Amino acid sequence: MIPQNFEYAAAQTLDDAIKQIAGGAKPLAGGMSLIPMMKLRLATPERLIDIGRLKELNYIRESGGALHIGAAATHHEVESSGLVRGKCPLLSETASHIGDVQVRNMGTIGGSIAHADPSADYPAALQALEAKFVLKSSSGERTVSAADFFVDTFATALEPGEMIREVIVPLEAQGTGVSYQKMYQPASGFAIVGIALRIARSGGKISMARIGVTGLSGKSYRAIDAEKALEGKAGSATEIQNAAALVPQNVDINSDLHASADYRRHLAVVYAARAIAAALSRSA
Amino acid sequence: MATTTTKTETLVGKRIRRREDPRLITGTATYVEDIKMPGMHYAAIVRSPHAAAKIRSIDTSKAAAHPGVAAVFVGKDVAGVGPVPCGASLPGLRVPHHSILATDRVYFVGHPVAVVVATDRYIAADAADLVEIDWDVTQAVADPEKALASGAPAVHPEWPDNKAFDFHQEHGEIDKAFAEADVVVKQRITSQRLIPTAMETRGVVAEWRAADRALTLYTSTQIPHLVRTLVAMMLGLEENRLRVVAPEVGGGFGSKLNVYAEEALMGFVSMKIGKPVKWIESRRENFLTTIHGRGHVDYYEIAAKKDGTILGIKLKIIQDLGAYHQLLTPAIPTLSVLMMPGLYRTQNIRADIVGVFTNCVPTDAYRGAGRPEATHGIERMVDMLAAELKMDPAEIRLKNFVHKDEFPFPTATGLTYDSGDYAAPLKKAMDLAGYDKLRAEQAEARKQGKLMGIGISTYGEICALGPSPATPAGGWESATVKIEPTGKVTVMTGASPHGQGEETTFAQVAADELGVDIDDILVLHGDTSIVQYGIGTFGSRGTAVGGTAMYFALQELKAKLKKFGAMMLNSDDVTLANGQCVCNKTGAAKSIAEMAAASYRAMALPPNTQPGMVSTYFWEPPNFTFPFGAHLVVTDIDKDTGAISIRRYIAVDDCGNLLNPLIVDGQVHGGVAQGLGQALWEQAVYDDNGQLVTGELTDYVVPRAHMMPWIESSHTITPTPVNPLGVKGVGEAGTIGCSPAVVNSVVDALSPLGVKHIDMPMTPEKIWNLVKGAH
Ligand SMILES: Cc1cc2nc3c(=O)[nH]c(=O)nc-3n(C[C@H](O)[C@H](O)[C@H](O)COP(=O)(O)OP(=O)(O)OC[C@H]3O[C@@H](n4cnc5c(N)ncnc54)[C@H](O)[C@@H]3O)c2cc1C
Repeated sequence: MIPQNFEYAAAQTLDDAIKQIAGGAKPLAGGMSLIPMMKLRLATPERLIDIGRLKELNYIRESGGALHIGAAATHHEVESSGLVRGKCPLLSETASHIGDVQVRNMGTIGGSIAHADPSADYPAALQALEAKFVLKSSSGERTVSAADFFVDTFATALEPGEMIREVIVPLEAQGTGVSYQKMYQPASGFAIVGIALRIARSGGKISMARIGVTGLSGKSYRAIDAEKALEGKAGSATEIQNAAALVPQNVDINSDLHASADYRRHLAVVYAARAIAAALSRSA
Repeated sequence: MATTTTKTETLVGKRIRRREDPRLITGTATYVEDIKMPGMHYAAIVRSPHAAAKIRSIDTSKAAAHPGVAAVFVGKDVAGVGPVPCGASLPGLRVPHHSILATDRVYFVGHPVAVVVATDRYIAADAADLVEIDWDVTQAVADPEKALASGAPAVHPEWPDNKAFDFHQEHGEIDKAFAEADVVVKQRITSQRLIPTAMETRGVVAEWRAADRALTLYTSTQIPHLVRTLVAMMLGLEENRLRVVAPEVGGGFGSKLNVYAEEALMGFVSMKIGKPVKWIESRRENFLTTIHGRGHVDYYEIAAKKDGTILGIKLKIIQDLGAYHQLLTPAIPTLSVLMMPGLYRTQNIRADIVGVFTNCVPTDAYRGAGRPEATHGIERMVDMLAAELKMDPAEIRLKNFVHKDEFPFPTATGLTYDSGDYAAPLKKAMDLAGYDKLRAEQAEARKQGKLMGIGISTYGEICALGPSPATPAGGWESATVKIEPTGKVTVMTGASPHGQGEETTFAQVAADELGVDIDDILVLHGDTSIVQYGIGTFGSRGTAVGGTAMYFALQELKAKLKKFGAMMLNSDDVTLANGQCVCNKTGAAKSIAEMAAASYRAMALPPNTQPGMVSTYFWEPPNFTFPFGAHLVVTDIDKDTGAISIRRYIAVDDCGNLLNPLIVDGQVHGGVAQGLGQALWEQAVYDDNGQLVTGELTDYVVPRAHMMPWIESSHTITPTPVNPLGVKGVGEAGTIGCSPAVVNSVVDALSPLGVKHIDMPMTPEKIWNLVKGAH
C-alpha cells in the first residue's frame, strides 16, 4: 500500500500539461484509479502531472448541437449538471451509478475513459451515444469515436504524449427514451454488466435504438445486431426478448469470481431486456 | 474542592448516547497509526508469495545497503524469540513450531520471512522489494477435505495426514436414538472461511528505553494484559518491564483476540535498534495474515419421531485450521460442539472434530467463534426436518424447546443453561411479522410462480466467557473503582472495550450505584500500566463479567462510604442513597464528595478502615450466560437474476437486562450485518495453489450500508441469575441468529423447486443456477 517514489506537479495551464505529458509525465486526474494502482505498485510512474484542477478542462457546455464536456469534469458534476440532465440524460443517469459519493466527487470522465476498465459504467453510455473524444498532444488535436477509442482491457487509442481534452455527446432529441441498467459487483461497485439504451419512436415503431454494453467482455461495445432487431418494431415483449438475446452474441465473455461467463451472458440478456423496456416506456 | 454532582434519576436502561463517540466521529481519537515519536523507524515485512515453499537462501545485502535502512532481520536473527503461542490445549494436539519469522520453510501466502527497518515507511517498502529469496516451491493444499485425502501434500512434513487433532464427545444413547427414529435427515453444511475485516488493520509501535529497561508496545488488541504476559515470555523480558497499550482500537471481532508474530517482532526490533519502531498492516496484509474465521465443513445427522420430537444429533466437523495454531485456533470448533443442541432438549449427541492443517492463514475466533457455525447447523437441520415431516418450522421448534420451567437446564454437551423462555421471542417475532398472513401471502405468490421465502432461526449462545476452569487463560474479570479526593470517580476495567460502548454503560451503572452524575465518572481501560490485570473483551463478556466486577467493587466502596458517613454523621443509623449518606434520625447528610474528601484527609477513620476510597474486585463467574432469540426473515427472489432481496428482517433478542437499549441496538445491527455478510456475500477464496483470490476489498464482499435491510429489532427480557446485573451479553447475538434465518428463508422460497439446502454465501449466480436447474 506504499507507492514507489514519484514526482508530482500540478499543471497551471493546459499547454503546460501537454508539455509535461509529451515529456513522459503521467496525467493524474481524480486519482481514483491511478492512486490505488500505484499503492499496489501495479503502476509505477516516475512523474505525475495533475490535471484534475485545470479550469481549462473543467466545463460542461452546449455548442454546435452537442454537449462538450471537459475531461476533468467529475462524475458528480456530470450527474448533477442541469444541462446534462436536460439534454443528455443517459450520461447523467450513468454517472449516478458510478462508485460512491466520494468517488463521484473526485473521479473524472476523462480519467474513467482513459483508464478503460472493462467494467466501468461510462463506456456503455458513451457507446450508445456514439460519443467523440477530442485527443490533444503537442502536435495538435484529433477526434476519435468511442467505438474506435476502446481497444481492449485497459487499452485505448491514446498515443504516447496524448491526452483526452474533451468528450462530445449529442443533444438527445425530444421524446428519446433512455435507460442505464446495471448489475453491481457487490465488492467493487463496478458493473458485472451494464446496458445503456437510447430509443426513439415514430409512428408507433422504434425508429432508432442504440445499445451500449459494459462489463461483459474486455471492452465496451455497441450491440448493433440487437439495435437493428429493434428498429422498425413496435417493441412487444417478444421483440424485446429477441433483441436482448442478441446483445451477448459474438463476444468473448469475461468470467471471474463474481460471475461466470454463462451467468454474465444470461445477465446481459436480462438487463438488456430491462433497459430496452425502461427506455421504451420513457420514449414518446 | 468537592464538586461531585448528585443525581436522583437512574440511567441504567436508558438510551444514552455513547460517550466515546465524539472523539471517534471528530477524528480526534488516537489509534496506533496516530502515534509519532522522535526517532521513530518504520518496518516493512517481507512475506512469502507462495503457500508452500522451502527457502534455499535469503540475500538481504541490497536491502541493507539501501540508503535509510537501519536493519534487516531474518528468521535466524530472531531464533532467540519464543514461538507465537497457542493457548488452547486438547488431548493429543499437534502444535507446529510457529517462529515469528520463517526459517527454512513457509506455510501460507503472507508468511513473514524478513523485516526491513528504515527511517521512513517509503524507504522500508522500497527496500523490502530488494530482499532476494531463492524459493523451492512445493505443492500446497488449501482445502481441508482435500488435505485429508490420501496423497495430499503435507502442510507440515512431520505430519503427513495433515491432522492436528481428533476430538470426540458423546452423551446419552445416540445409537439407540437413531435406531428408534422414524426419520433421519442428513446434510453436509459448510460455514465458509471469512475475513474479519476490522476497519482498522493491525498495527504496532514498540518503544524500548534501554536505560529504564522498559519496553512499551502500542498494539491494536482486544487483550492488552494477555499480550503483555505472552509477548514478555516470547522476548524473554520480565513482565513488569513490558507495558502494553491498546489505544483506540478500530474493531476487532475476535481477530485481535490474539498474540501475533508482529507484536513480538516489533519489540525485538526496537530492542535491537534502540529506537521506536512502527509497523502498520496494509489491507492486503490484513487479508493474508490476520486470522480468518469459520472454515467448517460439517456433516450433520438428526433423528426424530414422526411428531417432530428430536431424538438425537450427530455432527462431524472438519475444521480448516490453516497452517498454524494462533492463540485459540483449535479451541474454536469445540465451542461449536458445546452449542450443537441449540435450544432443544435432546440429550443424545455425538460429535467428532477433525482439525486439519491447510496452507492458509490460521482460523480463530471471529464474531461468534464456533457458535454461528453450531447455530447455523442445528437451525438448518431443524428446518430440513420440518420440511421432511411437512411441519411448520415454528411448530417443530416450539415442540423441542427446553421449557421455561426447566432451568437451570443441563445440556447434552455438559453446559447448564441459566435461564430462558425460548418460545417468547419466537412468538413475538411471529406476531411482529404477522406470520399467518405471511404464509397465506406466500401461498398466493407461489400460485403466481413467485419465489417468496419466510425463514426462522431460534438461536442460543454461550456468553460471558466464562468460568475460569472452562477457559484457556482465566475467565474472571477485574475492576478498580476510585473515588478521588475531589469526589470524581474513576473506573478501571480489565476488559478492554474497543467499540462496545462500555465507557458509557459502565458509567451508567456506576452513576446509579453511587448516585452521582455520569459526567463525574471516567472509565479507563487498555493500558497495562494504568489498569490492574484483566482478561479482555471477547465472547460477549465485557459487561456480563467486567461490568459485574465493577458492580462488586462499587458495593465495597459503598460499604466503605457508609462507614465514613456514619462516622461523620455520628450515627449508626444511616442510609446511603442518591449520592449521599443520610442520618435516618436527624436527616443530616454528607455527600459522596464530602465522604471521599474525609477518607483521604483521614483526620479520623472509622474502626478497622484504611484511608482512601479505592476498591479492586476480581470477579469469577459461576457459570456462562446463555442469551437466545428469534430472527425472522422474509425474502423475495428475482428468478431472472437470482438476486435475493430481504423484505423484512425481524430480530427479537433476549440478552437479559438492557443497560442501554441504544447500544444494544447497535450491537444487534452490527452483528446482523456480519451475519448477512456470511449468508449472502463474504467468503475467503483460496485457489488450489493457496493463493488468496479475494485478497482485496474489491473482491471480498463486505456489506455496505446501502446493502443492509431495515432491521426491526426488539427484545424479550429474561435476566440471568448468574450475575447481579442480570445481563447476558449481546455482542455476537446478531451474527449468530442471522445466517440460518436468511438461508432458511431462501431455501423456503426455493422449496417449490425441490431445493432443500444451500451453502453460503448465497450469491445470485448460485441461486440462478438452482432456479435454472429446476426447469
Ligand atoms: C471505491 C471505488 C469505486 C469505484 N466504482 C466505480 C464504478 O462503480 N463504476 C466506474 O465506472 N468506476 C468506478 N470507479 C473508478 C472511478 O470511476 C475512477 O474515477 C475512474 O476510473 C478514473 O478517473 P479519475 O479521474 O479518478 O482518473 P485517475 O485515477 O486520475 O487516472 C486514471 C487513468 O487515466 C489517466 N488519465 C486521467 N485523465 C486523463 C486524461 N484527461 N487524458 C488521458 N489520460 C488521463 C491517468 O493517467 C490514469 O492512467 C471506482 C473507483 C473507486 C476508488
